[in-house]
Amino acid sequence: MHIFQNIDKDTRRRIHKLLTNPTALLGFVLLTGFIIVAAAAPILAPPADPNTPYIIPRLGFLTEPQPPSAENIFGTTEGQYDIFYAVVWGTRTAFKIGLLVVFCTTLIGIIVGAIAGYYRGITDEILMRMTDVFMSIPFLIAVIVLTTILGKGLDKVIIALIAFDWMDTARLLRGSVLQAREEEYVQAARSLGLSDLRIIVIHILPNTTFPVLIQTTMRIGTLVVVASGLSFLGLGAPQDYADWGQIISYSRNWQGLEFWYTIFFPAMGMVLFVLAWNLIGDALRDIFDPRLG
Amino acid sequence: MQQGMNGKKIPVLTYIVRRFIMIPVTLMGVTLLVFSMMQLLDPYQLLSAYVSSPAELKGQNIERLITKYGLDQPLPVKYARWLGQVAKGDLGWSESASMPVGKAIRTKFPLTFELAFYAFFPIILGGFWLGKMTAVRHNSIFDHSTRMAVIIGWSFPDFVFGLLVILVFYSWLGWFPPGVLSNWASQVVASTEYSNYTGVLTIDALLNGRFDIFWDALRHLMGPVTTMTYLWSAFLIRITRSGMLEVLHKDYIRTARAKGLPEKMIINKHASKNAMISVLTVAGRLVIYLLTGTVIIETIFNRPGMGKFVAFAAQQLDYAGILGGTLFFSLVLVLGNLIVDVLYAVYDPRIQLG
Repeated sequence: MHIFQNIDKDTRRRIHKLLTNPTALLGFVLLTGFIIVAAAAPILAPPADPNTPYIIPRLGFLTEPQPPSAENIFGTTEGQYDIFYAVVWGTRTAFKIGLLVVFCTTLIGIIVGAIAGYYRGITDEILMRMTDVFMSIPFLIAVIVLTTILGKGLDKVIIALIAFDWMDTARLLRGSVLQAREEEYVQAARSLGLSDLRIIVIHILPNTTFPVLIQTTMRIGTLVVVASGLSFLGLGAPQDYADWGQIISYSRNWQGLEFWYTIFFPAMGMVLFVLAWNLIGDALRDIFDPRLG
Repeated sequence: MQQGMNGKKIPVLTYIVRRFIMIPVTLMGVTLLVFSMMQLLDPYQLLSAYVSSPAELKGQNIERLITKYGLDQPLPVKYARWLGQVAKGDLGWSESASMPVGKAIRTKFPLTFELAFYAFFPIILGGFWLGKMTAVRHNSIFDHSTRMAVIIGWSFPDFVFGLLVILVFYSWLGWFPPGVLSNWASQVVASTEYSNYTGVLTIDALLNGRFDIFWDALRHLMGPVTTMTYLWSAFLIRITRSGMLEVLHKDYIRTARAKGLPEKMIINKHASKNAMISVLTVAGRLVIYLLTGTVIIETIFNRPGMGKFVAFAAQQLDYAGILGGTLFFSLVLVLGNLIVDVLYAVYDPRIQLG
């Protein structure tokens, strides 16, 4: 855990501040709740076939949604998909998408940002213009077009999200690397004749990645919303796959008040999940942005 | 954007010129990116993005069409030919809209523009006012509750909030129907004695002197506008609040207080004006977001604008449609950013350009 040894006092103080901030605390509580639900999914909603746990069980073929009952505590959607099951397993889908995308985009962003910031000059210029180009297509549109071209499906959505979400990380990291490379410890490392790769990975990155890492993690909420949006439009998760956007799209044809449960429960899942990340993110901004004190 | 490569200050004019020069480069990059994505399609799918009318595909030898459009040529040649087509505005035939993509954009964009236009004012006015008030009453209950509402608003995915708006304002109260016009009104609009000057329904209604249609179009706009206002005000409140808080801690405000000026005057005359600068930049960005971010809202409220066009084209695997839509949205984004940056550079002399 090289990264954490290198955290300076200032960052440590901020982390302490974060853990004692009421807004952030509420966020952490919500998030912990979701982690528990995701982890305990097989117990909360045991799948009929353990090999295909993400397939929402169908309890019949009636078109009309059925209200909450003893067996289906959240009710069923059109086509009798169990809402409770979908919400529980949808939590896992959300984490899977969010974590996977953030991991990959952070990696790409760090590589691009570090190279651009460290080598500067023409390399920097080319990489940053490339970043501009990727940012010139509105995010949702870019994800939609790439998903469609790749042939729809959740895995395609994940690839598309990764392809168009690394730019902010790259820019942020480039900025910090540009600063860091002028610092004495880097100059010292260079005068010792260390290789560029070694200087970047061992010396610069541990000192610059941490704030970037926090910022990108906060993107998880947004990424899950976009992925669900695509499933909602019918471009993401397949027909009976446990995904929040997917299950919400089943409520579209049933907009009467008596069918409130078809939207309420999956919506609660989504909103609280995003809220958890936003609460933590909001507290982070306060702590890391000294201007607002 | 404004942060220079080495942080040196440069004159505004140089900055603006450089910004303009970068536009063709960026647009070139965008076409290259879209073209690269197209190469992931198989030749037959790719062909559907090229043909200029469905009739062309009927009874034609596919191989001959592939030769005709040069799809068997090396990549650089293919790119150059495609770029030439795009530059002429020939974006192919949209299967999902049953018309050429160029025509689809011309008929659908006015509706997206109309929605963005009506959503803009409540967001700006409401967002600015609330943001200002929360900063003035910093750390009060009002501040905290607004902040909470903002975070919650920000956490609602647009499709969730949109569906709730439909549930309450249409299914329950029956006030704001989805769609763009009632049946009787669309019949009038489609008739020969009604002229469609701009494609923007409310403006056309006024130009035709039909206030009933104007009102009807407005009623249909209320649902999506309400949704967008709630979701986007959050963004503006947050920016205004932090901009205002920053200003309120400045020395000249302390001076004004020390002079004994009434608090109301300090806020309205001294602080608000400077906080407006951050709001103006955001206002520009907001327009861009509103114009390019309507995919889901238009789909939910069944408004046949550009956003719904892209979503529907994607659902129908209409490659020409989504590629053309993507190019169009990128153009809006790139030009929008240019305008905002230039206005900002001219308006705010303090900004560091580079």
